[in-house]
Order: sequence, then C-alpha cells, then structure tokens
Amino acid sequence: MSTQDLEQRFQDRIDAGEKIEPKDWMPEKYRKTHIRQISQHAHSEIVGMLPEGNWITRTPTLRRKVGLLAKVQDEAGHGLYLYSAAETLGISRDEMTEQLLCGKAKYSSIFNYPTLSWADIGAIGWLVDGAAIINQVMLTRTSFGPYARAMVRICKEESFHQRQGYEIMLTLCRGTAEQKAMAQDALNRYWWPAMMMFGPRDEESPNTAQSVKWKIKRKTNDELRQQFVDITVPQAEFLGITVPDPEMKWNEDRGHYDFGAIDWDEFWQVVKGNGPCNKERIAARQKAWDDGKWVREAAMAYSQSQENKTQSKIA
Amino acid sequence: MTEKSNNISPKSKSNSSEWPLFEIFIRSKNGLEHRHVGSLHAADSDMALENARDVYTRRQEGVSIWVVESKNIMASNPEKAGELFEPAKDKVYRHPTFYELPIELKHI
Repeated sequence: MSTQDLEQRFQDRIDAGEKIEPKDWMPEKYRKTHIRQISQHAHSEIVGMLPEGNWITRTPTLRRKVGLLAKVQDEAGHGLYLYSAAETLGISRDEMTEQLLCGKAKYSSIFNYPTLSWADIGAIGWLVDGAAIINQVMLTRTSFGPYARAMVRICKEESFHQRQGYEIMLTLCRGTAEQKAMAQDALNRYWWPAMMMFGPRDEESPNTAQSVKWKIKRKTNDELRQQFVDITVPQAEFLGITVPDPEMKWNEDRGHYDFGAIDWDEFWQVVKGNGPCNKERIAARQKAWDDGKWVREAAMAYSQSQENKTQSKIA
Repeated sequence: MTEKSNNISPKSKSNSSEWPLFEIFIRSKNGLEHRHVGSLHAADSDMALENARDVYTRRQEGVSIWVVESKNIMASNPEKAGELFEPAKDKVYRHPTFYELPIELKHI
C-alpha cells in the first residue's frame, strides 16, 4: 500500500471516531506531534509542582497543608501517566528528561511566574487548574488512545484541585480587607498568564488546522479561551473581586464575554526563557536529576546483585 | 512470606515439561484499555496468542490481545493488603467533596 493510501485510511479511521493505538500505522508527523505534546504536558505537571511546593511548609492551617500536599502529589502522578503514554510512541523517559533540561522541550509558561503570597495558591488552583481542566476535558476525546485514557484518569483525579483553590479564594475574600486585597492581587497577577495558557490566537497558530483534522485537538485555542472566560468571570464576581481587564463585558448578541487584547510579546518572552522564574525552574529540575543520580544507580546495582545471587544459587 | 509482593504463578508440583502459564489481556473495543480475562498454558508466546484468540475471542470479544507469562507478573501479598491500602482510607481531602463551596456556584 502506498503512503498516500495509508494516510487516507488513517484519516478515514480518525473521521470515523476510532482511537489510534501505539502499534497502528500512523503518519510520522502524527507520532512526532504527539511525542511533543504529551511530553510537554508531562513536563508541565512536574514543573507545576514547584510553584505550589514553595508554600507547603507555610500553609496557614493543617487543613490547607494536607490539601496542598495531596494536590502536588497528584501532579507527580499525572506527570507519570503522561510520560508513560509518550513512551508508547518510542521515546525514552531519559530522552524526555534531557529535552526538558536542555530547553528543547517546553512546558506551560504559567509555571514561570512566582508564587509571592498565600493567595497565589488559591489563584493557581482556581485559574490555572480551571484552565487546565477545560483543555484536558477536551483531550479525553483526543484520537490517540493512551493519551485519551490518561486524560480520563487525570480529569477524574483533578476535580478536587480547583475546588481546593477556590475555597482558599473564598475564605480570603470573606476575611479581612487585607486578605481580600491579597486575593485581588493574586487575580491581577495570574489572570493574563492563565488566559495565555490556551496558546496563540487561532490565526497565529499554524498547527491548529492539522491538529483539529487529526482530532488531536477537538477545539481551537480561541474557543477554549472563550469557554474559560465565560465560566470564570461569574466565579470572580461571586468572590467580589475583579478581573483585571477594563474591556471585559458581557456581549448579549454573541452570548459570550468580550475581553481585551492579550500581551503576546510577554507570552513569547516567557516561552523563549525570559520569564521571571524560567531559570529557577530548570535549575530545580536539574538539581533533582543530579541529586537523584546515586539513588538511581544504587537501586540498579542492588537489583543486579540480587539477580547474581539467584543465578549463583541455581548454578 | 514476609515480602510485600509475590509472583502470581501458582507453586504446583508440575513437572518441568508442562507448558508455562500465560495471563491473557483483551481490548474488548477500539479505544478501551486491555483487561485481564484469564490464563492458559502454551509452549511459547506465539502459541499463547493463538490459543487466546481461540479461547477468549470466539464471539468477537476483542480487537487486540496481550499475553504475558505468569511468572513475569508480581502481585501484592493479600495478607499485606491492610498496610498497603488502608492509609488512603482517612485521606478525605483527596476528594472534591472535602472542599465546601456554595451550591449556587457554577462549573466548579
């Protein structure tokens, strides 16, 4: 069968709503796109542990501490599901780690912003996990089987993350004037980076058409962003704080909120490595990798020595 | 047995000429994961695949088969189930309902 025929048959399967599995024939670009997307998603889970980890030892109560610990622990698990899904496509875990550390693979830009106050932990759970959930719910229907199944598990586990964050925001907003101001400040700093999480505008996103055709994405960046705005603005109103966008207003005709322009220069600066915490985040991952080296080696050496023991017994 | 894990292969008194045991996993439908359906004896993994097809998919129960020799699967020790799984029991904060939000709040 010619490549063209194979590609046609592949597209027919996608159009019929079938899932693609690792051993199925797939266009090389489909494989590469998935390796890139799934590994970057995995890196985002792992790097995403850093800004929140920053507050685990300083939570205001024990109740907040166990909640935050459980959330960060979940993210480690989510990273693992995703790395495993990417490995089914023929890339090794070590290669992915290397790509993250050398800067070849990206992760979500939002994690390059600092967590300056306790309210930031609330804002992250509410906004960042809220945005991630919108994206991930879409991805439960993505065409690559292992990715879709990992997403189902992740979405199920993640439902508490956003509630955890919103509960923090609600408590602050019902507290003293100073606490409410903290919540407003966190919203001010996290709103626009959260809006950027959905990626460039559709007309600036050359891969979107192919990704939609292959059902890697089921909605465009702008559609997902609009969905996020429509859900989140009333939640901010409920808290009694204001989204930092003077152009934000309900458009009766469209049935959606209109919103102001995003500063895409900032987005690209952060993507290119010039965000407030890019260097710190990669340095932390590099340190974890280096410090873990003797543990990885010791475990392998122990396993080897056990095997040798068994073999000499048999002999 | 003090270890936490154990090989799932039964320790029978079978002689060494008996075909090894394989565990069979079937993907019942496109898009779903493989699930364990049972086991069978075969001389090697190719035969295990063929036999699994004949035994477990006679009525189109599957679209894909995995076989793995039972001795390669380690299982947790049932006697240790308490210490393995009970610690998750009192961690209510891992569930959404632990976080109290007003019901009038939407999409959260």
